Amino acid sequence: MKLKETAKAVLYLSPALLIIGVFTIYPMIKSFFMSFYAEYDYFNDVVHRYGFDNFVYLWNDAVFHKALQNTFIFVLGVVPVSILLSLWIALMLNSITFLNKFFRTIYFIPFVTSVVAVSIVWRWIFHSNYGIMNYFLSWFGVDPINWLTSTEWAMPSLIILSIWKGLGYNIIIFLAGLQTIGDTYYNAARIDGANRWNRFIHVTLPQLAPTTFFVSIISIIGSFKVFDEIYALFDGKAGPSNSALTVVYYVFDKFYGEWNFGVASAAAYVLFAIIFVFTLLQFYVSKKKITY
Amino acid sequence: MKTSPLSKTFIYGLLGIGSILMLLPFVWMISTSLKSGNEVMMMPPIWIPETFRFDNYVEAFKKAPFATYFLNSVIVMVLSTLGEVITTILAAYAFSKLNFWGKDVLFALLVGTMMVPGEVLLVPNFVLLSNLGWIDRYEALIIPWTASIFSIFLLRQFFMKIPKELNYAARVDGCTNFRFLWSIMIPIAKPAIVTIILLKAIGSWNAFLWPLIVTNSKEMRTLPVGLTSFSTEAGTVYELLMAASTMIILPMIILFIFLQKYIIKGIAGAGIKG
Repeated sequence: MKLKETAKAVLYLSPALLIIGVFTIYPMIKSFFMSFYAEYDYFNDVVHRYGFDNFVYLWNDAVFHKALQNTFIFVLGVVPVSILLSLWIALMLNSITFLNKFFRTIYFIPFVTSVVAVSIVWRWIFHSNYGIMNYFLSWFGVDPINWLTSTEWAMPSLIILSIWKGLGYNIIIFLAGLQTIGDTYYNAARIDGANRWNRFIHVTLPQLAPTTFFVSIISIIGSFKVFDEIYALFDGKAGPSNSALTVVYYVFDKFYGEWNFGVASAAAYVLFAIIFVFTLLQFYVSKKKITY
Repeated sequence: MKTSPLSKTFIYGLLGIGSILMLLPFVWMISTSLKSGNEVMMMPPIWIPETFRFDNYVEAFKKAPFATYFLNSVIVMVLSTLGEVITTILAAYAFSKLNFWGKDVLFALLVGTMMVPGEVLLVPNFVLLSNLGWIDRYEALIIPWTASIFSIFLLRQFFMKIPKELNYAARVDGCTNFRFLWSIMIPIAKPAIVTIILLKAIGSWNAFLWPLIVTNSKEMRTLPVGLTSFSTEAGTVYELLMAASTMIILPMIILFIFLQKYIIKGIAGAGIKG
């Protein structure tokens, strides 16, 4: 019986496994070995020597350090603000019924649009002379800012765009989380005489902890992988004097710009290692189930 | 929860302002796409151009082969979605209803690889596709994307909820596995399948890094890749750039507005499961 079912399963699974095996599993392993290519002939696909050279190179490369640093700044700039804003909006949406769906739709729209296309729209918004960003700021007496052409404002521009783009996704997850909190908790708290603020602190926040944790991890992982926005916002560059260079952009540069496959693979594995830590954290905490 | 009318007004006010901020970039995009060159460079900016210059769209199509890009994006989206749906349904069926050797190990292995960022696969996949001679061809744009572990996982969860008794009953009636999948499981799982289709279609339409790397010629570019190369060439002609951006953005907004029920349900569902 089991033998027959196994034969059948092979038939059902083979299309998916073929694609996943060839284009996910095999490259995953290959990439690991590539990161240890010390002397490599790309044209003939011959490896002369394996070693830690690529990782040593990354360890000493000031550009890679810059990429790592920028990536962490980006993550720290996007994730906390995005989570606070989306939680706040989700709470407001959850307290109304009229127009609830309408607002939810609007906040989610940026998420379904092409990153490249909206980044080019934001490039125009951030235009120093004719952009609406500086125009709105001028109402408050702010002098024109060189958003995309100065090293100190390139990263904030990228962060603003990314928060705007990803807000809707977080709101949807928070709304789903809020709906799982039963009325019984609120009623019990009300009977105990808890006011609105106390109900929020002692019921909503603790009940929402697993959702908040999930949103944080997903946002952190997503932010570590930022690339499309940078390419489109700065027109195929990583910002003025690499001020918006991130790890994935570095991988892209090494790979597609310099054809240095070894260093590119090594840098990609460093990214993987960072993401892996956060994934493990997510896995560990969700297994433990946050309860109060 | 009861909320006082005053704070209700306050909430609607805040949500309203937020909505305007969310939509403003799109309004600015469409407004610019209909302006003349002079109107674009006006300060303070004008929001409604004197005459709506739909010619900008025609002009953009003349300046770059956007018709080709559009067609490529549609072909890639349709075929990769079709491929993914087929491989996903078959694999999800095996993982949920068949009892075979190594099932749990294989499933755990697949779910484990979900955490590997796609960027890790970039270089070896490029080398592989070069060796296959697929660079700058539809094969490279479509075939690697015709299976998704995430979709298999999503649909398997849905299939698991379908009671086993249904399976037994069908077998007693002499129904084969495949017929059971085709005429019972798929109709029941329709909402989940629609969700998978939509998420895939949006992802494919908006994909950038992969099509950028595997295409060289203009004839093979998809819309996002075509747009970035157009922006490098056209530089500061913002009315044309905005017209081109509108062409990419608008179809997905329309698709989303009509089918948002499925998209939001899928995202919320995946989120809750963690």
